[in-house]
Amino acid sequence: MGNIFELEHITKIYRNDGREFKALNDVSLEVCEGEIFGIIGMSGAGKSTLVRTLNRLEEVTEGVVRFRGKDLASLSDRDLRFERRSISMIFQGFNLLNQRTVLSNVEQPLRIAGVKGPERKAKAREMLEVVGLLEKENEYPSRLSGGQKQRVAIARALASEPSVLLCDEATSALDPRMTGEILDLLKKINEERRLTIVIITHEMSVVEKICDRVAIIDEGELAEIGDVKEVFSDPKSRAAKKLVFPSNPFDPSDPDGRLIRIVFDGTKSDEPFIANLVEQTGLKVNIISANTKSVGGIGYGQMIVELPKSPEDSKKVIDFFRSGGLKVTEVGSYE
Amino acid sequence: MSNYIIGEILNGILETAIMTIFSSLFAYIIGLPVGVLLYATSKGRLLENSKINLILGAVVNIMRSLPFLILLVLLIPVTRFITGSSIGTTATIVPLTVGAAPIVARMVESSLCEVSPGIIEAARSMGASPLYTIIHFIIPEATPSLLQGGAINVATILGYSAMAGVIGGGGLGAIAMNYGYYRYQKAVLWTTVALLVVMVMVIQGSGTLLAKKKRKT
Repeated sequence: MGNIFELEHITKIYRNDGREFKALNDVSLEVCEGEIFGIIGMSGAGKSTLVRTLNRLEEVTEGVVRFRGKDLASLSDRDLRFERRSISMIFQGFNLLNQRTVLSNVEQPLRIAGVKGPERKAKAREMLEVVGLLEKENEYPSRLSGGQKQRVAIARALASEPSVLLCDEATSALDPRMTGEILDLLKKINEERRLTIVIITHEMSVVEKICDRVAIIDEGELAEIGDVKEVFSDPKSRAAKKLVFPSNPFDPSDPDGRLIRIVFDGTKSDEPFIANLVEQTGLKVNIISANTKSVGGIGYGQMIVELPKSPEDSKKVIDFFRSGGLKVTEVGSYE
Repeated sequence: MSNYIIGEILNGILETAIMTIFSSLFAYIIGLPVGVLLYATSKGRLLENSKINLILGAVVNIMRSLPFLILLVLLIPVTRFITGSSIGTTATIVPLTVGAAPIVARMVESSLCEVSPGIIEAARSMGASPLYTIIHFIIPEATPSLLQGGAINVATILGYSAMAGVIGGGGLGAIAMNYGYYRYQKAVLWTTVALLVVMVMVIQGSGTLLAKKKRKT
């Protein structure tokens, strides 16, 4: 499958009162057609700026953004507006017109495209049907819940038959249940309509749930990019490790005790390896915390254990896990 | 009060209403586009243009800082040129329009500024042109606020129209001056004042009601 977006050496510098702020620094990446691509980072990492370069809501200072092979910066205002109809966007704050009905909101992009009355209404209703809100067509947005508002925004975004949907923290203002509903809806749309989706988020759970590939942005730079499975089971950059392994809230029982983190991907998650350790080596470890989650239907997890006191025993334990194909890192060091 | 005076007062109400309605209409015909331009050309907005914004802003500010009574006198030649006379109801509409238009423009500008930047970003992301964004996104979103501001403006124009009575304008203001002030007919003075108060209340009340009905949030 081809690339829908190609970003080459994107740098964005904001100038304010003579001071410069580098929001993006030499970011290069591709988004493939039909995938759900996640961009994750802490707030202020530059991910919102990055997504806005994809439809040129933000101009890049340096570098090239290509959409379906076209350099966006080379387009005239008119051509850019035309291309934007293929790049829809939804937002954290929904950005619906409060003084217009739900139906009229969904009609908006069609009106811009010059679609006439009855056809426009029919199309807008079809989109509301997709998001399951047809019965609300005559309501005003203020009467809807956050999740419903975002579904209206999705219907509006789909109305112009785009080839990409950009989601800027689209679930950050929603509670976990509504977030789940919206993500399920996005996944469904991705599958049924072959729509490429780019998701900006600061929540790892969003990426875990629906993304195929993920880029990690840290202080304006691309820290890591790859399949979600790989990044989750084997994060290489410091930023990725921080996101995948949240800091450990537990201390070892002994102040001098050493903690290790064992990471297991789908292939190892059904083996009783702690029991095997005890059986085969006779050594015991203290389980401090354990966490398994399903990423794309495969179980990934990590366990933090406290090692036996003697260095020799510790080494034996680590070697045992390593020989079993598990990744072992000492806690406290992300490097 | 004699029947004659009562007839004059009734006529005055009609004249005041006519002056207010037409002046408001013309003031909005000028002030609304100017307000939109002031908004759209300011820094960081859709049609950012510091030159136009600076010039327009300066003109509006100068006009607004002229006391209305001075404006009335200054505009006498212009009024005579447009309406053929400098006294009476029709003539008053000219200075009223000129005096109110910059106030309308600033009021419109401030109403448009209330529209959330997110709405504008959404419009841009859909491929809307700046003009389309203003007409179909910003103005509809600002409508309740525009109506609220409209009520204030119309009430201000009504107040100005009474002031025009001093230099020969028509309406309740002229009656208050001619009978109440120059001829010491206190009853007439207080009646016209009461009527003006009622008219302002009606305007403000209906504007607020309309805005409330329109506001969906």
